[in-house]
Amino acid sequence: MLSGVLHQIMSGIATGGIYASVALALVMIYQATHHVNFAQGEMATFSTYITLTLINVGLPYWVAFVLAVAVSFVIGMGIERILMRPLHTAPVLSSVGVFVGLLLIVNSLSGWFFDYTIKQFPTPFPDRPMLGGYLSGHELGSTAVTLIVLLSVYGFFRYTRLGLAMRAAAFNPVSSRLVGVRVDWMLALGWGLAAAIGAVAGCMVAPIVFLDPNMMSGILLYAFAGALLGGIDNPLGAVLGGFMVGVIENLGGAYLVGTELKLSLALVIIVAVLTIRPTGLMGRKVFSRV
Amino acid sequence: MRSAGLIAVLVVLAAAVPVARFSDYHLFQMTMVVVYAIAILGLSLLTGFNGQISLGHGAFYAIGAYTSAILMTTWDVPYWATLPVAAAVCALVGFLVGLPALRLGGLYLALTTFALAVAIPQILKFKAFEGWTGGVQGLVIDKPEAPFDLDLSPDQWLYLFTLAVAVVLYVIAWNLVRGRIGRAMMAIRDHAMAAEAMGVNIALVKTGTFAVSALFTGVAGALGAIAVQFVAPDSFAVFVSIFLFVGLVVGGVSSIGGTLIGAAFIEFVPNLADKVSKAAPGAVYGVILIAAMFLMPSGAGGLIATLWRRLTRKQPAQS
Repeated sequence: MLSGVLHQIMSGIATGGIYASVALALVMIYQATHHVNFAQGEMATFSTYITLTLINVGLPYWVAFVLAVAVSFVIGMGIERILMRPLHTAPVLSSVGVFVGLLLIVNSLSGWFFDYTIKQFPTPFPDRPMLGGYLSGHELGSTAVTLIVLLSVYGFFRYTRLGLAMRAAAFNPVSSRLVGVRVDWMLALGWGLAAAIGAVAGCMVAPIVFLDPNMMSGILLYAFAGALLGGIDNPLGAVLGGFMVGVIENLGGAYLVGTELKLSLALVIIVAVLTIRPTGLMGRKVFSRV
Repeated sequence: MRSAGLIAVLVVLAAAVPVARFSDYHLFQMTMVVVYAIAILGLSLLTGFNGQISLGHGAFYAIGAYTSAILMTTWDVPYWATLPVAAAVCALVGFLVGLPALRLGGLYLALTTFALAVAIPQILKFKAFEGWTGGVQGLVIDKPEAPFDLDLSPDQWLYLFTLAVAVVLYVIAWNLVRGRIGRAMMAIRDHAMAAEAMGVNIALVKTGTFAVSALFTGVAGALGAIAVQFVAPDSFAVFVSIFLFVGLVVGGVSSIGGTLIGAAFIEFVPNLADKVSKAAPGAVYGVILIAAMFLMPSGAGGLIATLWRRLTRKQPAQS
């Protein structure tokens, strides 16, 4: 029993890492523009297809992986520059509409280019149990990759000039512009980073759930739940929230509601957080003048 | 008053022409247009007139459809009697969803309802309800025959029946929006605090709007289930909600007449686009949604209303 629980917690942390990455991508865009990117999941799926295509062409896994992440970065920046630029001051309904439109377009493009059949996705990690049988090789490997991504994003924002400029642009665009930060480019860069992080998450989850155009719709939901749980304006909180949702989902799925209702668990977390503690565990309270 | 007469003539034409001229398949398509129009009308009351963005109205559509289907298969309730029940169930669920929605600002409500839309097929598949819902298999419904020995095919009768329900609901919505409650709804959308200062009971109006909106969409779901003769969890995936949202935006978020345009759009455009490729409908929807947001924020309904005003505006007297 106890080892069963421990097993569920460990694999919860492994999937939680994926949710944490997607949640981080959501928070990066939210912090800078106060938009929630409903298309984040579909964009990650598209990036995963790019990786698979490159692998099928004959490139080694890690070369394909890095190339796909780089391409996703460029696509993300492009979307910001072309589609999102005019929306900075638009009402919420317009931004939601554009994001839903983007979701539909990217989803159809995935189906169109790479067709709708469910595909297997390779894993670069050895296929044998690790850590005394608690985790599979892929789970351990993907958790490691996720942690590396999260740490390097943290390091980037904490210790580089560019990271500081991006934080400044998100925190106070007007003052940042006055001291010479190119705020527009910082936003585009944020989108690129979010798309790249999504690409990593997509490649890490695809071997587990298999690849099809709707692969990420459930994962996006858990990432929403994680981001809200941790606080949607706090990157560290969102990452922790993602891990927590992974563990809650696995334990709840195993012992509470059964695997068939796992998605409703995400819905319950979202509603509970928003009604009981809208700022999340680590979020900042927002006050506004009227 | 002249426009009321004009609309009455149009309704009679909309009833008579398809029944007299259309094949059964085209009648079915027309029925679905009316069904989607009612569903989008419900969404329009909530999102367009009250400013609460819902990306999850497919859930209410599904609940209405399932209520009707379960009543017809499990208890042999006649099809017309299932509509009031579906309406009541959906109004209650809508009211309950509206309660937490009171605390959620625009974006968070969109997010939560989106989560509801993603989760609904799983809930419908849930084992504990399988005796009623038929699980993954879904339920099959018989198509109702025309009553009173009328000389109409089932498709003709169902089209007329759906149209009659739609007329009633549109009259209700029209009066609701133009009356005191409608002004309160729009005041909350435009400036909640000012509305509250004017004495509008925000919580009551918002939850009430949610209930009415869910009621409309639920009735549409029930009618849709009867027309399609089949309900299954996977036919109510997240895309139903998204398509309703697309229809709403294309028709114009706060345009009652525009809901018909939006409904025709989501019924016919996939059929046309499907001929190009399986992926085309989604892409077309997405492109048109984004284009509408940038170029035509008040939708087709708003555009037509503006043109109409230009055309009918009295010319200034020549001096």
